[in-house]
Amino acid sequence: MYHAIVFLPLIGSLIAGLFGRRIGAKASEFVTTSLVAFAALLSWVAFFEVTGGHGHGATRHLVANWFTVGDLAVDWAFRADTLTVVMLVVVNSVSCLVHLYSTGYMHEDPHRPRFFSYLSLFTFAMLMLVTSDNLVQMFFGWEGVGLASYLLIGFWYEKPSANAAAMKAFIVNRVGDFGFSLGIFLVFVLTGSVAFDGIFPKVAELSNAQFHFLGTEWHALTLCCLLLFMGAMGKSAQFLLHTWLPDAMEGPTPVSALIHAATMVTAGVFMVARLSPLFEAAPNALIVVTVIGGITAFFAATIGLVQNDIKRVIAYSTCSQLGYMFVALGVGAYAAGVFHLFTHAFFKALLFLGAGSVIHAMHHEQDMRNMGALRRYIPFTTAMMAIGTLALIGFPFTAGYYSKDAIIEAAYVSTRPGHTLAFLATVIAAFFTSFYSWRLFFMTFEGQKRWAAHGAHGHDAHGHDDHHADAHATAGAAQADGARGHHEGVAHDDKGHDVEAALHASHEHHDHAPHTPHESPRVMTIPLAILAVGALFAGMVFKNRFIGEGMDEFWKGALAHGPNNHIMHDIHNAPGWVQNSPFVMLVLGFLVAYWMYIRSPSLPHRLAGSQPLLYRFLLNKWYFDEIYDRIFVRPAKGFGEFLWKVGDGRIIDGMGPNGIAARVLDVTRGAVRLQTGYVYHYAFVMLIGVALLVSWYLFTGSPAVSAVAH
Amino acid sequence: MFGFGILSGLLLLPLVGAGFILTLRGDEASVRRNARWAALIATLATFLLSLVAWARYDTATAAFQLVENHAWLTETIRFKLGVDGFSMPLVLLTTFLMPFCIGASWLSIEHRVKEYFVAFLVLETTMIGVFCALDLVLFYLFFEAGLIPMFLIIGIWGGKRRIYASFKFFLYTLLGSVLMLLAIMAMYWQAGTTDIPTLLQTRFPAHMQTWLWLAFFASFAVKMPMWPVHTWLPDAHVEAPTAGSVILAGILLKMGGYGFIRVSLPMLPDASHYFAPLVYSLSVVAIIYTSLVALVQSDIKKLIAYSSVAHMGFVTLGLFTMTEQGIQGALFLMISHGIVSGALFLCVGVVYDRMHTREISAYGGLVNRMPLYAVAMMVFTMANVGLPGTSGFVGEFLAMIGAFRANPMVSFFSVFGIILSAAYALWLFARVVYGKLEKPNLQGIADLDRREMIILAPLVFLTIYYGFHPSPILDVFAPSTEALMQGMRAALSSTQTAAAALPVPH
Repeated sequence: MYHAIVFLPLIGSLIAGLFGRRIGAKASEFVTTSLVAFAALLSWVAFFEVTGGHGHGATRHLVANWFTVGDLAVDWAFRADTLTVVMLVVVNSVSCLVHLYSTGYMHEDPHRPRFFSYLSLFTFAMLMLVTSDNLVQMFFGWEGVGLASYLLIGFWYEKPSANAAAMKAFIVNRVGDFGFSLGIFLVFVLTGSVAFDGIFPKVAELSNAQFHFLGTEWHALTLCCLLLFMGAMGKSAQFLLHTWLPDAMEGPTPVSALIHAATMVTAGVFMVARLSPLFEAAPNALIVVTVIGGITAFFAATIGLVQNDIKRVIAYSTCSQLGYMFVALGVGAYAAGVFHLFTHAFFKALLFLGAGSVIHAMHHEQDMRNMGALRRYIPFTTAMMAIGTLALIGFPFTAGYYSKDAIIEAAYVSTRPGHTLAFLATVIAAFFTSFYSWRLFFMTFEGQKRWAAHGAHGHDAHGHDDHHADAHATAGAAQADGARGHHEGVAHDDKGHDVEAALHASHEHHDHAPHTPHESPRVMTIPLAILAVGALFAGMVFKNRFIGEGMDEFWKGALAHGPNNHIMHDIHNAPGWVQNSPFVMLVLGFLVAYWMYIRSPSLPHRLAGSQPLLYRFLLNKWYFDEIYDRIFVRPAKGFGEFLWKVGDGRIIDGMGPNGIAARVLDVTRGAVRLQTGYVYHYAFVMLIGVALLVSWYLFTGSPAVSAVAH
Repeated sequence: MFGFGILSGLLLLPLVGAGFILTLRGDEASVRRNARWAALIATLATFLLSLVAWARYDTATAAFQLVENHAWLTETIRFKLGVDGFSMPLVLLTTFLMPFCIGASWLSIEHRVKEYFVAFLVLETTMIGVFCALDLVLFYLFFEAGLIPMFLIIGIWGGKRRIYASFKFFLYTLLGSVLMLLAIMAMYWQAGTTDIPTLLQTRFPAHMQTWLWLAFFASFAVKMPMWPVHTWLPDAHVEAPTAGSVILAGILLKMGGYGFIRVSLPMLPDASHYFAPLVYSLSVVAIIYTSLVALVQSDIKKLIAYSSVAHMGFVTLGLFTMTEQGIQGALFLMISHGIVSGALFLCVGVVYDRMHTREISAYGGLVNRMPLYAVAMMVFTMANVGLPGTSGFVGEFLAMIGAFRANPMVSFFSVFGIILSAAYALWLFARVVYGKLEKPNLQGIADLDRREMIILAPLVFLTIYYGFHPSPILDVFAPSTEALMQGMRAALSSTQTAAAALPVPH
């Protein structure tokens, strides 16, 4: 069964990729979607089989040997336990819905077979990642999803910003993989294995091992976990390695929903949960996880407050929610972290696909300043977005309510260092989350309409400048959101702060001049409805199994807990004010957003004007892109240039061959014609060689020659 | 037949082809066509014969196989051929790549066609000879003789600065090899033979090993090429015709690595151990330095050439870790790089044949008119980046894990290579293949034709196949690596005990 779950999407991908041109777009869509749907069905079967009463711990399913060198044996193999099947369900369900949704969303694109091939390829790589029974196969999936992400972000390859974003995603992830690789090496050196079955039993005896690395004595397992966590930080876009995720929004929106919200970016969370036996033995590494998670939850939320691109708001929200998950892992509440991963997949995919529906309705407009009052035009999408928003902010009894509150409580009751910071960060972030979510909702669906029905905007305006001029014209007429007025004062740099909406490779509808936003077709609204059901009820239904009474029976040991780790029990004893704080925050966030965007729409403008530094700091995403460009990108190029021109050119060549070669050329030039000159030279050289050989043959054994050798 | 076996056949077949081409008279189109077909048939026949050799090869043992032994210069300097786990895959790689080179030169070579193919066929013989020779003098002879056809290929059929490039190439490699010749003489003087299997059992005194090692190193390091004697390579690549680049990157660069594994490591274990830190340092410098240089290149071939130097850094690093993972990883990387870099140069050749420029800025948006080309290029780019699932990953991963065992610090620095390689390779891809097709002279560019498809498709397949299933190659290396490790362990432990037993001189 696991073979089918993992390989069906690969088959779909190959069919669409290799024969897409021949069988046509419709057939490619059908094949990939139905194969993933079948895999999703099987995943749910596996889910109930493994987590149900009859299932028992982890099982291993060998596919083949990958390579064996000395004592290093790497297999292609699946490990099936509760953690795996939870991920299978998440990945395949969301993937299946996204495939279906894309048949509508990508309807006008001429490259649909390629798109669906990539989507299925991504699904396959992600499945290899989550089913892996060893670190190397996990790394295969890890980089495989990176490749698919690269291909999909850059799907509209004619757009320079999309290419840049795709490259950035891959390279920043490689920085994380730098740590991941070293982590794998260290695990292998310490335990002599890269398979989980070989690693975990060795952890106990290594608990006090030291390792000398980069001139320092390290606690071996802490070093291991820190290196591996670096990989997780890259993939899950955590603070410092987060810069690629917002730019990844250049890809088509279904891709953002699948890869950059529900599945791939949670791979880091999955990895830490999978390696929980290792991390539990490295408490100091867990402090780092907690702190990084807390910082990310807070920092990404602050940026989300002021973004104007509807997808970027959700992207920063994703980043922030991933921070929550890492906080949970860091304080040892692995189950809460994975539970949030599970519920988040539903409501965040819902939000993204909902945003896609809005963008579709608005003909590829993504700037919320050019939206407003859409509720009357696309009521169904509005309702779905409302559900997603409620689940995201953790409104009582929606999915997010159960998982997010559990994390905040866990951060409070934990006794590990860093937990206070994480608690404060997550509570404040809860306020921000509520604010930006409602801001998004109000700017998009409520208030006055700021888009023009006279058809001056949208798909014809593909260039940045066109777009802005046009956006300002229309938005100005409609008395836009306050931030916009100030926005003119902020330099538009080319890093895509206000990126133009996606443009299709060869867009065919030029004749839409005056249009009204329209509701999306059925293939797009059905996935929204299904995800909405998940966003509403996934928490209620599964809470007991994931983090409640039925926890032990559900997880069956897939997540490790150290002997002193009782946090999943302790969270029930959190004081009342802690339990209520997320709700207070969400009400506050709602009220502030309501006040600023419905009651008094000029307030944001004045606020931004009175705090220009802070506003620009947030709008420019804490200036991370600029800083990285200054300290990494440009110096690397400059240094490369220096090494090339000076190192290779002036020093190595200048001192060495050029001097000699120049002399030789002097002789050649003019004296003999080119090609004949060559033949003479080479004949001459050969003669020397022959002479050497002969003389050596004559002198072998004679002391004169051997003296040279000494 | 006269006691000559299958390996002699491998040496002879290309020469037969060359001889046949030389008998052709005139320079008409029909003659050229005959020369092309003769070369193709000769290389294909050689490849088939090497498959026969492969079928007779027993992968379970580390011993030399298919051995032939004839008297040559003297009774002690013999014409002795044989293959083991280190050389067999390289022989196959050579014979496998040659038909691609002929195919890639099919139309792009327009003058002196006959001579061109003769040079290539002679080159093939010398390359196979290097990997099959079981006598150091024979090894040296082939090692050096290969220089001449390559020198001619660059010098006659090369680009604008071919004179400079070919002399640079020649000077570097010749200087290195003179020292190697001296070392071979010294070995003969010491051991009384140049027979490689015998020398493998010979223990050279430690102080002598140092000098011998350095002399061989001078030659192999240039061939590899290792930093800082790498600057001939970018120039040679840029000026060489496409097929010349393929052979240069695919096979000639592997001779240095082969030399290390055939001579330096097993015959001079103490010195190898002693100098390992030097090799680590040079390798790490090469990986980081040349990757940074690759980042700023504006010429496609130069960029790939610099990336080759970086990859060869992983090879030398892996070899001198003296761990099973490191050595097998390095060897695997040699094979993988032979396929991948060869393929990348073929890809460059495809667009060069159409546009006659290698400037990155002259391209952009090729995917719009050349989707098949874009796919092939993407596969090889990803293999160059070392993406798991391509052959590039296995070798690099093993080399680095071996390095981590030997010296974590070295491994730490080498892993920067995976970040930088992603940066330069993807940036190249983005500038050449992605983007809008805006340049007016690119508007009519055609996608791969049938000949190019036939050339690239097998390489795409192998790149992915060996990424998922590298065992067929790794299993060949295994017994020989095992034997090498044992020999080195024995040698090193005996040296250490001897050193411990000696009174410390004051």
